[in-house]
Amino acid sequence: MSYPDDLRYSKEHEWVRVEGSRATIGITSFAADELGDVVFVELPEVGATLSQFGTFGVVESVKAVSDLYAPISGEVIEVNEALRDAPELLNADAFGEGWIAKVELTDTAQLDGLMDAAAYTAETA
Amino acid sequence: MTYSPHTDADRAQMLDAVGVSSVEDLFADIPAAVRASAWDVPAPLVEQEVRAELARLAGRNRIPEVSFLGAGAYRHLIPSVVGEVIGRSEFATSYTPYQPEVSQGTLQSIYEFQSLICELTDMEVATASHYDGATATAEAALMACRLTRRTRVAVSAGVSPDYRRVLETYCSGPGIEVVTVPVRLAEGEDGTTDPAAVQALDDVACLIAAQPNYYGQLEPMRELADAAHAAGAQFVAVVEPTSLALLEAPGAYGADIVAAEGQPLGIPINFGGPYVGLMAARMASVRQMPGRLAGATRDAQGRKGYVLTLQAREQHIRREKAASNICTNQALMALAATAYLTAVGPNGLREVAELSMTQARHLAGALESAGLAERRFGGTYLNEVALRLPNAARRHATLAERGIVAGHILERDEPELRDTLLLAATELTTDDDIARLVAGLEQTR
Repeated sequence: MSYPDDLRYSKEHEWVRVEGSRATIGITSFAADELGDVVFVELPEVGATLSQFGTFGVVESVKAVSDLYAPISGEVIEVNEALRDAPELLNADAFGEGWIAKVELTDTAQLDGLMDAAAYTAETA
Repeated sequence: MTYSPHTDADRAQMLDAVGVSSVEDLFADIPAAVRASAWDVPAPLVEQEVRAELARLAGRNRIPEVSFLGAGAYRHLIPSVVGEVIGRSEFATSYTPYQPEVSQGTLQSIYEFQSLICELTDMEVATASHYDGATATAEAALMACRLTRRTRVAVSAGVSPDYRRVLETYCSGPGIEVVTVPVRLAEGEDGTTDPAAVQALDDVACLIAAQPNYYGQLEPMRELADAAHAAGAQFVAVVEPTSLALLEAPGAYGADIVAAEGQPLGIPINFGGPYVGLMAARMASVRQMPGRLAGATRDAQGRKGYVLTLQAREQHIRREKAASNICTNQALMALAATAYLTAVGPNGLREVAELSMTQARHLAGALESAGLAERRFGGTYLNEVALRLPNAARRHATLAERGIVAGHILERDEPELRDTLLLAATELTTDDDIARLVAGLEQTR
């Protein structure tokens, strides 16, 4: 399995894509495959403050319920409303249409503590 | 299936299998000092001695000839079919299904119960039931905290004092603050929750109010719901289910969560239960509901079937993050409520509620016209009424000696309500019962 090179990854299987002072976050395809068919995503509220490695939502599949752990700190500026009606986007396109939230970063130095694609590939091997 | 106790040979075989030589060896790890040595229990009795002893104990019960006691539990006619249905061994002996799909009959009965509760409350989803009205109310408060991510709850003082104590207990663990909203109890007031007092609340997860309230009074539920919503809070309606045949349904006046004691629906009054808690809510909140939910579906061959659904909320899946750590339901009592509601139907339930209301008016009218008592509050009541009369507690005790329970002494809950009795009537309250109460009060004047 290969992972996009332009993302950073956490041990909790979340990814983050940085665009200037903002970032998009989601769960990895590895996590989505492990969960199985996702049936519900509890999204954070816009305006919520995320702290790195703190929980910010819940993803429920037919076989498990898991917390979502923020890969970086920041304030939520947008959530993927499409997931309310189509949670299966997490399985179909984890790194694209299955994104979960966009945040305004508060500490870009935190990115240095995350893995690159090669390290995450090794982590999940 | 025959009942066969373990024989000495059985025991020897089991001990041999685990590799010990005696039952005593199984307890070898428990120090002798902390083990019970002698049990101070009476000698065994033969069957007729046991019967005699139980009869002697039962004889100490004082069963009133006439009772106007309500205050949260109500005596109603229970059609014989209710006992017949819940007495069937398929229901009476089965525990909550842990392998639910093989128990299609049990799941269907739960599903029918949930459907009836939704219809009664005009809500979208109901749980498989809870222990009783008090625990359902407390669970509703915790649910509101999860939904709003707030940690304070407001409860009207018109909610039963027992329920409020259980609520305090449930909130003490997670550190949720409970704020009590006063009821207008002063002379000339109507004994209801003040919506203006609610507006002063902010940052609460919910407002909990009862309809009718503990004092029998009808609350302005729509105004209270609006006030709760204006504060960004959920509105939790605690209702008496029989009354819903006459009153506006909680779903219609804006309740977000409904909690209720289901005892009036076919369950006899018992000290300590078993009773049954009802809870209903909006579908948008279903993932934060506590306890079990049965759902209807179709199997691979297109046949209708029932499942326990959304189990990811439950503690056997999520443990510390479950919506509740209690997933026990009162399945047999819920079945009693289902059988009751099915037997009486919408018209029958309406007759029960109307007769109860009518007899409460007979009761209050008889006492007022005899100059024995006066209504403590203005406003409107349904089947339970707070009446003031001189030396209420003393006369209550005297009447109890004569087999008449003249309701509940409200001063025990609320010191401001001196000399006030809360008297309930149902369709089982006869004109003769009322005449006996009037005569009894005349004699103790």
